[in-house]
Amino acid sequence: MKLALTVNGKKRKVDVPPMKRLLDTLREDLGLTGTKEGCGEGECGACTVLIDGEAVNSCLVPTLQVARAEVVTIEGLAASRGKRDNRVNRVKLHKLQSAFLECGGAQCGICTPGMIVAAAALPKAPSREEIRVGLAGNLCRCTGYMKIYDAVESALGSHKKSAKRAPRNPKARAKVKA
Amino acid sequence: MRAAAETLEVLSPRTLKEALAMLRDAAAEGRPLTPLAGGTDLFVTLNAGTLQGRRFLDLWGLKELRGITKDGRGKQSALRFGALTTFTDCVRSSKVQKHLPILAAAASEVGGLQIQNRGTLGGNLGNASPAADSLPVLAVADTTLILASSDGERAIALGDFYTGYRASVRRPDELIVAIEVVVPKGRQVFRKVGTRAAQAISKVVMAAIGHRTAWGSVAPTVVRAHKLEAYLDGGGRDLAAAQQLLGDEIHPIDDIRSTAAYRLRVAKNLLAEVIPANR
Amino acid sequence: MGRRKGKERALQPSVGTNVPRTEGREKVTGEAKYIDDLTFPGMIHGRTVRSTIPRGKILSVTLDPAFDWSGFTVVDHRDVPPGGQNVVQMITDDQPFLAVDRVNHQEEPILLLAHADRSRLDAGCARVKITYAPEAPVLDLAHATHVLKQLTIEKGDLAAGFADADVIVEGTYQTGHQEQLYLEPNGAIALPGVDGDPAGITVYGSLQCPYYVVRALMRLFGLPIEKVRVVQSTTGGGFGGKEEYPSLLCGHAALLARKANRPVKMIYDRMEDLVATTKRHPSLVRHRTGVKRDGTITAIEIDLRLDGGAYLTLSPVVLSRASIHATGPYRTPHARIHGRAYLTHTPPNGAFRGFGAPQSQFAAELHMDKIAGELGLDPVALRRKNLLRPGDTTATGQLLEESVSAEEVLDRALARHEAALQRNNKSLRRSKAAGGSKARLHGTGLSMFFHGSGFTGGGEVKLASRAGLVLTRDGVEILVASTEIGQGTRTMLAQIVADALAIPYEWVATSDPDTARDPDSGPTVASRTCMIIGRILQRAGERLKEALGGYDSPKEFRRRARAHLDEKGPLTIIETYEKPGEIRWSDETYRGDAYGAYAWGCNIADVEVDPVTYEARCTRFTAVIDIGKAIHPLLAEGQIEGGTLQGIGWALYEDVVMKDGRMANGTLTNYIIPTTLDTPEIDVEIVENPYRHGPFGAKGVGECPIDGPPAAIVAAIRQACGVSLDRVPATPERIMIALDALEGGRR
Repeated sequence: MKLALTVNGKKRKVDVPPMKRLLDTLREDLGLTGTKEGCGEGECGACTVLIDGEAVNSCLVPTLQVARAEVVTIEGLAASRGKRDNRVNRVKLHKLQSAFLECGGAQCGICTPGMIVAAAALPKAPSREEIRVGLAGNLCRCTGYMKIYDAVESALGSHKKSAKRAPRNPKARAKVKA
Repeated sequence: MRAAAETLEVLSPRTLKEALAMLRDAAAEGRPLTPLAGGTDLFVTLNAGTLQGRRFLDLWGLKELRGITKDGRGKQSALRFGALTTFTDCVRSSKVQKHLPILAAAASEVGGLQIQNRGTLGGNLGNASPAADSLPVLAVADTTLILASSDGERAIALGDFYTGYRASVRRPDELIVAIEVVVPKGRQVFRKVGTRAAQAISKVVMAAIGHRTAWGSVAPTVVRAHKLEAYLDGGGRDLAAAQQLLGDEIHPIDDIRSTAAYRLRVAKNLLAEVIPANR
Repeated sequence: MGRRKGKERALQPSVGTNVPRTEGREKVTGEAKYIDDLTFPGMIHGRTVRSTIPRGKILSVTLDPAFDWSGFTVVDHRDVPPGGQNVVQMITDDQPFLAVDRVNHQEEPILLLAHADRSRLDAGCARVKITYAPEAPVLDLAHATHVLKQLTIEKGDLAAGFADADVIVEGTYQTGHQEQLYLEPNGAIALPGVDGDPAGITVYGSLQCPYYVVRALMRLFGLPIEKVRVVQSTTGGGFGGKEEYPSLLCGHAALLARKANRPVKMIYDRMEDLVATTKRHPSLVRHRTGVKRDGTITAIEIDLRLDGGAYLTLSPVVLSRASIHATGPYRTPHARIHGRAYLTHTPPNGAFRGFGAPQSQFAAELHMDKIAGELGLDPVALRRKNLLRPGDTTATGQLLEESVSAEEVLDRALARHEAALQRNNKSLRRSKAAGGSKARLHGTGLSMFFHGSGFTGGGEVKLASRAGLVLTRDGVEILVASTEIGQGTRTMLAQIVADALAIPYEWVATSDPDTARDPDSGPTVASRTCMIIGRILQRAGERLKEALGGYDSPKEFRRRARAHLDEKGPLTIIETYEKPGEIRWSDETYRGDAYGAYAWGCNIADVEVDPVTYEARCTRFTAVIDIGKAIHPLLAEGQIEGGTLQGIGWALYEDVVMKDGRMANGTLTNYIIPTTLDTPEIDVEIVENPYRHGPFGAKGVGECPIDGPPAAIVAAIRQACGVSLDRVPATPERIMIALDALEGGRR
């Protein structure tokens, strides 16, 4: 099936089975291998991309469902800024990408694209608790998450005050009294 | 082994009417279509190669199936959810937060944000997993499902919808198009006990409104504890007796995630949490 | 500042600073090429057909005649060429690449298929029929009788030690499988030929040990080393899981590639990776300890059993490390440690961060708490009394003289935890009003541990690792087969070389290993890369500096380098491991200096237990570890935080459910690792107590952090709700059963 997609701000045409996973279309048909497959069951978040600004697992999305949507992948974060760093003649990194580099947020790097893309959908100046909740769908096995929080806080301008707070019991938010 | 994309057929209706016609024709041919919403359950089974269906009906573009509205006032007021209402829609909706906060709570515990952004109420109901987090909430409230077909609509109380493990009264030519929930009165409590704090499959889920409770992951389908309710409505306040009644109504099993004994005990403990005895 | 532009500033050392990691940019932009991101012209895809029973004879293997097999490449054990051997090169020759006439575990490889179209390939796999004559399998340690390997460590006179004791305390402790769960599954691509020579073979892979794969392929095909080339692709985590397993997978890809005469890519999906590849060895450890009333240990007797799985793989080495660390960081005048690895008909267990030491030290620490309980002593005081200090000897008789920090890490961890408590108490009081139903139960637990860096004394001598430097016009290039798997190998080695040469870090080039270019620096395992390989490269740097006749500025280095290249030609310096003279070790008696140096650690876990759901949650975690010197403090902290969380996951969630010898919960949905919301704040302090034979004083860091968390968490749960668990993970189901037993006992 011929489908027209908007990926990283560019119109792209692909000819794929409509139920082909968006993950596979990105990697195989569009050459965007920055989006990774960690599990194929929507658990690890390594395949996270933005569809119309919302984070989704691209291993669970059929390509036909994004035919009229805007898709952003890790490759689009840096490129979307369009600026080049003339000193090294390379595309300037997105602030989250720079922060992951500086703060040690990337180790083996396989969760990193999905983690950064998920972080890009967080609100401005998120608290540490908001970061924890927002990234709960992205597994990392290397870092213990601490340096990822540091990177997100540094990039998104979180207040230092909330940064070091111990985690609230996540179950607490599930208990509602009306 | 993952299902090959080229072996999968999908129809993309532009309107609900067209969708219902496609369902009718497919059912008539004996080649039923599996409705596809956000894909968060369906693609997991496709990727694992455990889904039998090879023909799908893509609903994602149907705007008619979106939106949360509140109808009526006072006693008769109800929330109406389009079947494609996502969990994120539930979490963000001020109507849900105000009138059915346990649904917002349940929705915020379904997978990570990526899943909440795509998973839908209609999909959760249609997929019919006994561990589905939204079902106890819907079951404990007065919830009616609106099923549509080319012949028209019918309303089914959620309590009459399921007939067994992953089985329901929905005909192959029918679609869940909306969910109507009477705005409840009374204290609302939601507790999910899962395998971890996020991205977890439930071991026990409880939703409570006043005396009413509904339970997930403890039987082939979601369980509304009617006998327990009758006991409490009749003024019964003995905790042990209440727990005994609950124990009779649920049928948990051992599986790779937990044990029957644990599920039973935790369900009873949770009951003690929401219904303090002698009060 | 008045400094003139262009004037050279004094060069600051790179070691000890947080330079940008060398391959970091590619990783944050998505440009880094992992194995599944690579393609080659004409490449097709391969898959493995595996056994579906734990043990038995293979009666028949049939390709369904009704299926269209055109375009398929099919490989079985008969495709191993003459001169080659169907044996995975490891410690012993028991494991075949492809089963011949019997299978010894579930998911054992029997047949390989390749096809250009992955859907056709999957369809083909489903049309292979295999029949068996099943035999009764042995599936766990409780039933195992076949000993694969055993060893005994003896010190002093055990009987005399027990005679000195006032009390003898016994205990039994268990751990189950744990999955490494690198987020990039195993994968490899094989290409027929090497450098245009069709007789050779080239393999790209996600792997930790390129030369393990080289030797496996040499053996499989009967090829000399120059006809085998192995290249590491960017690797998405390993934790031991890509130490020995890739030898098997790369062999499979190579068999298919040679038969198809095309490049063949084999990428495991998550489910295949979970059910088929290696796990941490389950353990069963019995302790018998003689103690004086004041807590002084007089004798330690340990019976340690590991479940090796169906083939030996690396079990003897895992057993060795487990046994050497089995007393924990405590002194005893008399000891006997009997270690055994058993055969079971389950997928072979293998390397996993810590390599046996986490299992044996989990038992040691739980046992210390049991002793404290029986003697009515404070667990911290008991530990402090018996900690290894400078001048003490270990169970193998190693005299500890330098970089011994058990007491220091204990003191620092206690102080750090206390400070955190003070901070937290204020906010706790404020939030108390929230109240609610049944209050959660709080507890704090402490554990101590040590971890030998590098292979045992004898092991490093046998490995005789080599690494070196190539002079370039702009600086140097590092030649090393040690792999970057996320831990920061390339960055850290470049820092050491930069400082050894007194040149800027940016002038040191690194790349992923290619065995056609890089010498064998041994496997990237055992917390050895910094201490052992870093030291070799430091020496290579010093020798290169000499070869250039010395210089006093980077500018001068570059001038001399270019002059050398122009006038004398290329310059490569390769150095070999040199054993520090004083290290003595006997593999026969298991006596002597087991490791050149040890990292030392102390963990304190704060846990809360929900009395309604029996769930235990870690709310704060303190880790203090002496690593000699943090070459790159940020990366070192990252190692400690990551290793700690892997330990917390093992302590609370990670449970491999085995049914009929096969992992029954082999999905990421059902094998539970911690998410952000399960992870406490991890508070890390690095202690730098230098080791003179490590580069700039550095010891190992990678494994030590995972040795401590399970015991600290179990101790914290005990304090919270009174139950003494003897195994991990501490699942709510197990806590419920233990609480019931406790209540039953009270009645």
